[in-house]
Amino acid sequence: MKIFALVDCNNFYASCERVFDPSLKERAIVILSNNDGCIVARSNEAKSLGIPMGIPVFKQKAVIKKHNVAVFSSNYQLYGDMSKRVMDSLGLFTPDMEVYSIDEAFLRLDYLQPRNLYEYCKTIREKVLQWTGIPVSIGIGPTKVLAKIANHVAKKQTDVGVFDIRCQQKQDNILKPLDVDKIWGIARGWSERLNSMGIYKASELRDASPPIIRKHLSVVGERILRELKGQSCIDLEAIQPKKNIMSSKSFGKPLTKKEPIEEALSNYAACACEKLRKQNSRAQAVHVFVQTNGFRETERQYNNAITHTLTIPTSDTRIIIEAAKFCLSMIYKHGYRYKKTGIMLLDLIPASLKQKQLFVNFDHNPGDDLMNIVDRVNKEQGPNTLFFGAQGVNREWKMRCGLRSPRYTTQWDELLMVR
Amino acid sequence: MTLVTPTVLKIAKPCHLPLALCHVEAGFPSPADDYMEGALDLNEHVIKHPSATYFVRASGDSMIGAGIFNGDLLIVDRSLEASSGKVVIAEVDGQLTVKRLLKLNDGFSLQSENSSYPPIELQEGNEVVVWGVVTHVIHDLL
Repeated sequence: MKIFALVDCNNFYASCERVFDPSLKERAIVILSNNDGCIVARSNEAKSLGIPMGIPVFKQKAVIKKHNVAVFSSNYQLYGDMSKRVMDSLGLFTPDMEVYSIDEAFLRLDYLQPRNLYEYCKTIREKVLQWTGIPVSIGIGPTKVLAKIANHVAKKQTDVGVFDIRCQQKQDNILKPLDVDKIWGIARGWSERLNSMGIYKASELRDASPPIIRKHLSVVGERILRELKGQSCIDLEAIQPKKNIMSSKSFGKPLTKKEPIEEALSNYAACACEKLRKQNSRAQAVHVFVQTNGFRETERQYNNAITHTLTIPTSDTRIIIEAAKFCLSMIYKHGYRYKKTGIMLLDLIPASLKQKQLFVNFDHNPGDDLMNIVDRVNKEQGPNTLFFGAQGVNREWKMRCGLRSPRYTTQWDELLMVR
Repeated sequence: MTLVTPTVLKIAKPCHLPLALCHVEAGFPSPADDYMEGALDLNEHVIKHPSATYFVRASGDSMIGAGIFNGDLLIVDRSLEASSGKVVIAEVDGQLTVKRLLKLNDGFSLQSENSSYPPIELQEGNEVVVWGVVTHVIHDLL
């Protein structure tokens, strides 16, 4: 039998902040989205105060003030580094692991055959907490779907933090009261469809007829049903290179002139290209969009987008920036207050794949060498050590992140200070 | 079951310095060429557990007796067990502080290494949370 464990970091962003500032231990914490707009993460204390997820922070001003809630801008450098530390630590316990998101990983533990799996997972949890300072919860099950459900239970038992759902009796007890929309993989539309079929609870879905579920929810739905029964259908997945790469952010303030928008776009393009090269791909097309602020109903609105095909698949930042600027010039209109722009690199192919062109020879692309150097310098000396002229110097469009904590683990001049 | 903490791990950013340096004498091959052993990596020397190791900056003069000066870089390993006599980063009143941990008859004490600072005594019942164990100090001489 297969054994899966889902390891999920508890309130990951808030926990990262707490590692480096113990005075936050019992304080409610909220973390804001890019540009300090909405609440995207909360500590348990903030959840208990009734602060909802995803709402604009200004709507919660009173609660935040009254309960002395700590408010932070997203510190993705810190969260990314802490995530890597957690995942590296987990990787020491099993070679079979799928990093599912920034704060979740599936582990296969059946190859290991530890005598006492429950104790083993408690050790994993203790070690990750000691090494990284991040508390995690672990759900153990015979399938990924059940491991995910077990994790929900583990989360509620904060003292132990590990729950094993492999025994049939436990599965019955937990699946019976569990709403179908709480099951991993059940989309909102699906739970409504299931409800209309008289299926409300996880146990009812488990005991439904597979062919009927397949008819209504496709083979994906049937797979979830079988996983609920304990038949493993979804294995660990290897990380696939992305098919599209997107880079986009809101501006710190509305922009009207073309130049600063172009500058911001060039930065997003450079960032997307870096990711593109990291996964060893080339893009065949570029998609650019601009948006005004839809929330400001009194202002004139304009949204537009354009896709531009590249003659030769490329990962050269210079070419992509040129293409992006060309796209922007096609869709930019004077007289609007723009809120956001972004770029998407499309139709990605492996860099090794080279299609012969009649008029262009690109067996050796001289741009590759230059980009290699740029990437290497920026990796060794810090991001943006080398950048392209189009990215600008002043960057007045930059996002607000006024409440960001120090980047404790990735910047020499922002290290934790101890007396 | 007990778990063994792995000791050898790859470091993210190796810094290679040649072990044997010799001047190139025109015309004669170096007799040391056959004895080159690759490179020494300083990270490997000071970081035994990369995912548990943090760099922290010391501030103030409370630990000068232990060779820790204002502005020094501390290498902190969270995977090591704190024990009496080790220099640790500990939590005191919501603040992180660097002190030497000492076992007393009835609890623990966090000792400064500077006579102008009194020790912080932690009686039984008062738990001391150790954040990590300091393994090395990097002090700039320039």
